[in-house]
Amino acid sequence: MNKLLKQTLLATVAAGVVATAQAETTMVIVSWGGAYTKSQQRAYHQPYMDANPGITIVNDDSASEGASKLRAQVEAGNVTWDLLDAEAPNAITLCDEGLVEEINFDKDLAPAPDGTPASVDFGKSLVSDCFIPQIAYSTTLGYRSDIFDVGPTKMADVFDLKKFPGKRALEKRPDPNLEWALIADGVDPKDVYKVLDTEEGIDRAFKKLDTIKDQVIWWTKGSQPMQLLADGEVAFGSGYNGRLFEAIEVDKQPIKMLWDAQAIQLDGWVVPKGAPHKEEVMKYLRFATDTQRLADQAKFISYGPLRASSAPMVGKHADLGIDMGPHMPTAPANMKGAIFYDFEWWADNKDDLAERFESWLAK
Amino acid sequence: MADAEAETELITTADGIPLKQALKKALWQRKKTALLLVSPLFLFVLITFLIPIFDMLTRSVDNSIAGEQFPSVVVEIQRWDLDSSEIPDETTFQALFKDFKAGAERKTISRLGRRLNYEMSGMSGLFRKTARKIKKLEAPEAATEVMIAIDKKWGKLDTWRLIKRESGNYTNSYYLAAIDAEKLSDGSLAMKAEDRQVYVALFWRTIRLSITITILTILLGYPIAYLLATLKTKTSNMLIILVLLPFWTSLLVRTSAWIALLQKEGVINDILVAIGVLNDDSRLAMIHNEAGTIIAMTHILLPFMILPLFSVMKTIPPSWVRAARSMGATPFTAFRRVYLPNTIAGIGAGGILVFILAIGYYITPALVGGTKGTLISNFIAYHVSTSLNWGLAAALGTILLLLVLALYILYDKVVGISNMKLG
Amino acid sequence: MALPIHATLGERIWHYCFMAICFAIFTFLIFPILIILPLSFNAQPFFSFTSEMLHLQPDAYTTKWYQEFFTSLNWQGAVKNSFIIAFFSTIISTFLGTLAALGLSKPDFPFKTTIMGLLISPMVVPLIISAAGMFFFYSRIGLQGTHIGVILAHAALATPFVVITVTATLTGFDHSLTRAAASLGSSPTYTFFHVTVPLIIPGVISGGLFAFITSFDEVVVVLFVGSYNQRTIPWQMFSGIREQISPTIMAVATILIMISVALLIFLELMRRRTERLRGITPH
Repeated sequence: MNKLLKQTLLATVAAGVVATAQAETTMVIVSWGGAYTKSQQRAYHQPYMDANPGITIVNDDSASEGASKLRAQVEAGNVTWDLLDAEAPNAITLCDEGLVEEINFDKDLAPAPDGTPASVDFGKSLVSDCFIPQIAYSTTLGYRSDIFDVGPTKMADVFDLKKFPGKRALEKRPDPNLEWALIADGVDPKDVYKVLDTEEGIDRAFKKLDTIKDQVIWWTKGSQPMQLLADGEVAFGSGYNGRLFEAIEVDKQPIKMLWDAQAIQLDGWVVPKGAPHKEEVMKYLRFATDTQRLADQAKFISYGPLRASSAPMVGKHADLGIDMGPHMPTAPANMKGAIFYDFEWWADNKDDLAERFESWLAK
Repeated sequence: MADAEAETELITTADGIPLKQALKKALWQRKKTALLLVSPLFLFVLITFLIPIFDMLTRSVDNSIAGEQFPSVVVEIQRWDLDSSEIPDETTFQALFKDFKAGAERKTISRLGRRLNYEMSGMSGLFRKTARKIKKLEAPEAATEVMIAIDKKWGKLDTWRLIKRESGNYTNSYYLAAIDAEKLSDGSLAMKAEDRQVYVALFWRTIRLSITITILTILLGYPIAYLLATLKTKTSNMLIILVLLPFWTSLLVRTSAWIALLQKEGVINDILVAIGVLNDDSRLAMIHNEAGTIIAMTHILLPFMILPLFSVMKTIPPSWVRAARSMGATPFTAFRRVYLPNTIAGIGAGGILVFILAIGYYITPALVGGTKGTLISNFIAYHVSTSLNWGLAAALGTILLLLVLALYILYDKVVGISNMKLG
Repeated sequence: MALPIHATLGERIWHYCFMAICFAIFTFLIFPILIILPLSFNAQPFFSFTSEMLHLQPDAYTTKWYQEFFTSLNWQGAVKNSFIIAFFSTIISTFLGTLAALGLSKPDFPFKTTIMGLLISPMVVPLIISAAGMFFFYSRIGLQGTHIGVILAHAALATPFVVITVTATLTGFDHSLTRAAASLGSSPTYTFFHVTVPLIIPGVISGGLFAFITSFDEVVVVLFVGSYNQRTIPWQMFSGIREQISPTIMAVATILIMISVALLIFLELMRRRTERLRGITPH
């Protein structure tokens, strides 16, 4: 085949690819479903599709099995996902194992409106080379406001079955239950990971959890504790603060927040290695993680945007008209006693503790 | 077929071919047709089902990751003795440095760390830390010192013993983990510490719950099958619909019905409170525990017991019991000595079927079992999709599969697979 | 089962006790299914009866959960996927299963038990093992998260039911009928289509129904082999129950029960037809 012909052919193929890409690209974005996906749909996907008629975004709600399915896909060399929403610890593991793409933050992401590069604007939330932060959320507790005369105020109350009887719904994983157990046992939130880093510290946490084990219903999906709280099956339920906000403000359930010892965590995007529409996805990411879009998401769900430049733009809830500022986990009043999740520590110890937690549960 | 039979009259066929040969040919022809008819399905099941299962089972012993991530280390470590009281030599450390740096750049070395972490906690952290630091380093003169400077664990005998032990392409450690055992650093086997044991107890629980459910289905199914078998055909045809309707109703429909019935604010608790048996604040916990799993699964599997029992009981002439009675047996004796022995085969068939189905159940325990009512299947799913310890999932799966196969063979002996009937 | 006139008092008591026991067990079997129907009309988003419902106030009942089912994209996608997947897997498994059953029913089939055992194994192997195996293997060949992958997986799971039902029909098959046809000069092909097929067709249809319902009901394999885009009704129900129990699930359940009832009636009619054709009277 002569060179000219080869080049013409390549050009035609390339043109064809570009044309189809423009004509119709369907990107599969994997997220958590429910209210969270809805907020992303309204803040990111819909505006982007409106601006780019050739793009269709399909939501796949399997983020909870994200790591497993992605690993199988990459191992098989057959990736069907374009973008995955992941919690920071999972993103760190996926990045370490080379399953997701590294990001050049300043090049790939938009700067703040005042020109501050993205890497500065995101600041400390850039916990991995592959992780594009979106929001800070916290795992905290809600309690039935109608059963206690004097409501609980601190984490120790959650472990106090005498003063606050009733079932507790907790997430079926070691974090942040171990942290909470230590805090309830008197450890200062600042020292939690120092204590957890020792064998005795872990034993101490499990011992404390033992005291309420009989009264715990373990949940695996974010909406379960809300249902359990709403049905009155439990007195306390741990949950994501956004879901609790929905239950309290939208569904008007008799539930109150207990912000003490909330565990602040990060959630963001990772791009799978070998994503079918990588180029399109990078364009989408530049749009969806800019200052305005991140601030927009807070109109639909009470999670705090992770760009410093987005924070002042957080306004009122789109449907309820409530000022969202005080409902953010990052609001100063809520931050007293908060735990800052130690991602590195959990990335190192997650497997061990998950195993130990499972065997503890099975006892 | 018809030709071959016509030929039996003759010594040779019309073409002069000896009868024996012609018969053989016809027989072979018939076998060939039969095989030809079966082969498409056989190939289909082989490719879409049997190979995938076999492929998964091989994961339970697969350890090729060691060779992939540590290509030079696994070679060098051969020279080092497990019982040696000194860590491997500089050449091995050079290999370690080389493999580690390459792996860190490929960003795949953490996979091995994760793999080794199943055997010894702290390995995942060690590999991640080393990978972070090694990227900035150039090939050193003294790799031993450099590696130990990165983390003391590289100077520990236990680390190297582990690497040596798990350097082959195959491993038995997943099976050890599946029976709550582990290899100690000197290579001997031991049970894990009490608070780390899960699976043996879980297998026992699975078997115990399956037996309970099987017995319950026998107790509940026997009277119904007896009633259906002894009623007039017309009446029993009407009543059997009450058995077939649950049988044909989606598993998830029935499971969600039980959630509605059993939960704390559910129908049964409401009724009990309304009629004054319970106080409003002492509602029974019948779900998210063993009771939930047992009740829901007994309901779901009951038709699998009634139908085989019914078909066996239909074949027992009522005159047998009448004969026993006429010879002076009490109703109970007549039942125990005449009727019951004749239904043992049906109990066996139904019992094994229910047990096989129960032991591998996943959906219902996942939805109503909580933590106390989950079975081995739920742990397999957990390791496939959450913990990502696929080797352990495969090992647990293999053990479960062997259990089921043993029962399957037993079923074949009792009923015969070819005699299996449905609905 | 009728009580003879000469029954003693003890026998009478036992008889009524036995009837009461049977009644209780039938209630256990059928009550959970019946309870779903009224719950699906609950105006409150709970899984229980409200006191308004018990007082039969019309406000306490609603059809909004049915509306939600018929308008929600999630559920409509699930319905579409369920039918597509069940339809194609039924076609594949019925075709292959019937062929195989015809082969297996020939006398002196070599290694019959072993081959039958392997062909039936998808029914016996615990679903979680099948699902995990298919998840890994189908990922490797690019079928994970595709409709084709789920269809093939379901077809594999459904074939045993076809093989068993059609084999059962062929066991009662009177071979003298084909011989009679042959002796009257009909060709093997003609005999097959005009004698064998009409006689086994009820078996094939009930096998196909079993295959359909297997795929239509299946959730474990589709959870692993499928992805959100292959979500079927059971997939959606499973994640719904895990996520949030809304009465929409009860509405879906009611619709599924109606489908089961229809299937049941259909199967019963098929059975009667077979018996009539074969001249067997029900006993």
